[in-house]
Amino acid sequence: MTIAEARRWPAEGLTRVPYWVYSDRALYDEEQERIFLGATWNFLCLEAELAGTNSYRRSNLGAMPVVVTRDKDGELHAFENRCAHRGSLLVLNESGEARDIVCVYHNWSYDLCGNLTGVAFRKGLGGKGGMPAECRPETHGPRKLRLATLAGLVFGTLSHDTPPLEQYLGAEIVARIRRVMRAPVKLLGGYAQTLPSNWKLYMENVKDTYHASLLHTFFTTFRLNRLSQKGGIVVSPSGGHHVSYSLAADTGGKEYEQAGMRAAQEGFGLEAPGLLEAVDEFGDGIGLQILSVFPTFVLQQTRNSLAVRRLVPQGLDQTELVWTCFGFTDDDDAMTERRLRQANLIGPAGYISMEDGAAPGFVQRAVGTAPELVSVVEMGGGSVASDDNRVTEAAVRGFWKAYRDLMGL
Amino acid sequence: MGSAEDGRLQLKVQDLNARYAQAIDDNKLEAWPDFFTEDGRYRVTTAENVERGLPLGMIYASSRAMLRDRVRSLRDANVYEAQRYRHVIGPPLIAHSEGAAVHAQTSFIVARVMHTGETTLFATGRYQDHVVLDGDKALFAEKIVVLDSRLIDTLLAIPL
Repeated sequence: MTIAEARRWPAEGLTRVPYWVYSDRALYDEEQERIFLGATWNFLCLEAELAGTNSYRRSNLGAMPVVVTRDKDGELHAFENRCAHRGSLLVLNESGEARDIVCVYHNWSYDLCGNLTGVAFRKGLGGKGGMPAECRPETHGPRKLRLATLAGLVFGTLSHDTPPLEQYLGAEIVARIRRVMRAPVKLLGGYAQTLPSNWKLYMENVKDTYHASLLHTFFTTFRLNRLSQKGGIVVSPSGGHHVSYSLAADTGGKEYEQAGMRAAQEGFGLEAPGLLEAVDEFGDGIGLQILSVFPTFVLQQTRNSLAVRRLVPQGLDQTELVWTCFGFTDDDDAMTERRLRQANLIGPAGYISMEDGAAPGFVQRAVGTAPELVSVVEMGGGSVASDDNRVTEAAVRGFWKAYRDLMGL
Repeated sequence: MGSAEDGRLQLKVQDLNARYAQAIDDNKLEAWPDFFTEDGRYRVTTAENVERGLPLGMIYASSRAMLRDRVRSLRDANVYEAQRYRHVIGPPLIAHSEGAAVHAQTSFIVARVMHTGETTLFATGRYQDHVVLDGDKALFAEKIVVLDSRLIDTLLAIPL
């Protein structure tokens, strides 16, 4: 029985999300097939993370372990991190340099395109043992991904049905990616978080422009992001990708204070406001742009703090969130220092992002025993369209639109 | 450097780290910035970033004022479940010293105890400290917390 037969989406449609989507093991397994190995482009890494020829790094296609390589000619490749022989991981280190990939288990070797090039003792030893001449181990090789790059970002897909990357993203999302990725990337570093929640809860959080200024009170108090700031959201036609943005300057009033919201505490000023000192490096006054690509990629500009994030599902209620922070090769020392200082806003200890590690887990813990109940996603009505305000859950509904299309739900 | 002087410096750094950890573990976060000089630097990073020569930190502060801001944010703005730490700190290894400046490296592990009672090994790593001595007083001019793992469970609220 398929999930579509076993489960019925609430009649209200995208304004209701049934809680079984976070707790159904069969659904989780089917997501791996239909979404991550299906017709989606998955962010693998920055091109800058494979700086030299003959280099590799590990990544994931959903839960599937993947190796991304740059060969001797500078070409990028990606393939499943699984040996054709007994299925062992081929690459154990996070990243490194190599001319070929050799499985540690039985020494089977591969080129950087993922082709099997050698089987140890294939013809046996002294005329004894070895593999029959008709055996074709090459046909069991690691699955190869199709790759596409956009402005320094490397995406991969296993499906032949995935449309070209720029078509998959749509013109508006492509333009917003190019806006941030304006120059060659300089890596600043990275870290990762284990989130105690289903991967979808984190992606909903990313797309939920309604929560940002309410949960993240640091944000609000310092007028980094209040819903009264000018901004808006873009939702792609598929629903799956989104951008939310706001101008750096706050022209708004006293709505938070008048409503007595926790986020509007008075008398909270930074003793060292240099933390927030930013330059308008993109020349458009936008101080915050959060962009997501279905299923699990996030490109983040928080003032001058830039990062890519990707998710690795590790089970129904556990997800790894991998952060890579970057600047550009034309940054001067002052700009690098600014980016590092503003990185205090993001990551597991980020003044803003800290709560995003925990909030999806709060949902996960509460809804596990309520699979037949639903969440109410009705801010902004039932729309999944772009809007010039952020008091809406349109991008969350857009996620579910794309999700249901792929899952046949 | 004679062994007696070596031992004296080691005791100074050990005492400073012990009192530093006690302030954090006893939830006296307001006292935490006072273990640093006025322009003291504090950074939490990973061994991977350090080995790759990458400067990013999870926490990146360059003054006592920035540390006070973090404490105020943890107290008044950020949302996280009630939790406490238990630091266990190894003996400091004095890398070198010059006049009043001491450079030391110290291993630590931190258990995190949630309000639910759940206790986990939260972090392991090393402190790379630059300590300045002024008479009996010792302060951090720089404290770099180098985590062995790049992975943080859920969030890092209380400083390490």
